[in-house]
Amino acid sequence: MHELSLIASVFDILEEKAREHGASQVTAVRLQVGRMSGVVPELLESAFDIYKKGTLAEGARLEIVIVPVKLRCPDCGGANVREDADFSCAACGSRRVEIIEGREIVVEKIELETGQP
Amino acid sequence: MSTKTILVLQDLLATNKQAAAAIRQELRARGILAVNLMSSPGSGKTTLLENLADRLKDRYRMAVIEGDIETERDAERIRRKGVPAWQITTGGACHLEARMIGKVLGDVPAAIDFLFIENVGNLVCPASYDLGEDIRCVLLSSPEGDDKPAKYPQAFLSADCLILTKTDLIPYLPFDPAKAAAEALSIKPGLRVFTVSALRGDGVDAFVGYLVEALEGLRSGRA
Repeated sequence: MHELSLIASVFDILEEKAREHGASQVTAVRLQVGRMSGVVPELLESAFDIYKKGTLAEGARLEIVIVPVKLRCPDCGGANVREDADFSCAACGSRRVEIIEGREIVVEKIELETGQP
Repeated sequence: MSTKTILVLQDLLATNKQAAAAIRQELRARGILAVNLMSSPGSGKTTLLENLADRLKDRYRMAVIEGDIETERDAERIRRKGVPAWQITTGGACHLEARMIGKVLGDVPAAIDFLFIENVGNLVCPASYDLGEDIRCVLLSSPEGDDKPAKYPQAFLSADCLILTKTDLIPYLPFDPAKAAAEALSIKPGLRVFTVSALRGDGVDAFVGYLVEALEGLRSGRA
């Protein structure tokens, strides 16, 4: 439910990067969104469309990559990806697992239009 | 004109994580145990805090930061118990962020033992925001149903303890506390589980014991 404020921080990053690289426009943005990050990709898309109007990313397309939940198991030393809501080690069944991926919301990369040829 | 792709890899929650780490460091240095209470609206966070105020007042000093979308109501309830309280009204935001806590922290008396942070009533968003607390509690009241842990796993996964509240209503409801606890434990093994009726006071002493033990642990770790 806080997707709009997250998108506002995405735009802070976009503006900073565009300035750094002397870009006039941002044409694409790729976000990595963890499956357990607590945000809804569709709402991020809507928020992005609302927010981009009148900004240097007005024509930008947003791509969202869902990052699956990855667990590390201290008991068997394994690391495994879980597609379901089962937070136990797929190899040995231990529940003392640590979530190492799947909670993040990261601006992975952006595409800029620069003045230089 | 030319197109250029830039690798950014910037975490959107990084600013919050940094602010939370600074708060944690400051509170630990001051020997204060911070507790973040998260739950749906109306599950009894404020009532539990009122009960804790009565139980802790002879031996410990506490303060409360209240988060709500609007009104000073919760902070007023806590102040009526003689406990200093600050109300953060988020004006629509669905969770508290570390920066909001940081702004209030300077006003919190140095000589307290416990700082309770009552998050905005919401079982989803608060789970993603570290506030610099040492203990994160998720509350689940009996009228909400015993099937909630699996439906809202983030909140339970990120918590250190689960408090099942409103146990006085269990005789009238299809709520099985053992089922709720087992489901939460399957998501987060090691979760400490308490069952309380904050209105009647049942079970609150066990939770106080847990808090006091954590406070002593924090202070001995500091020494």
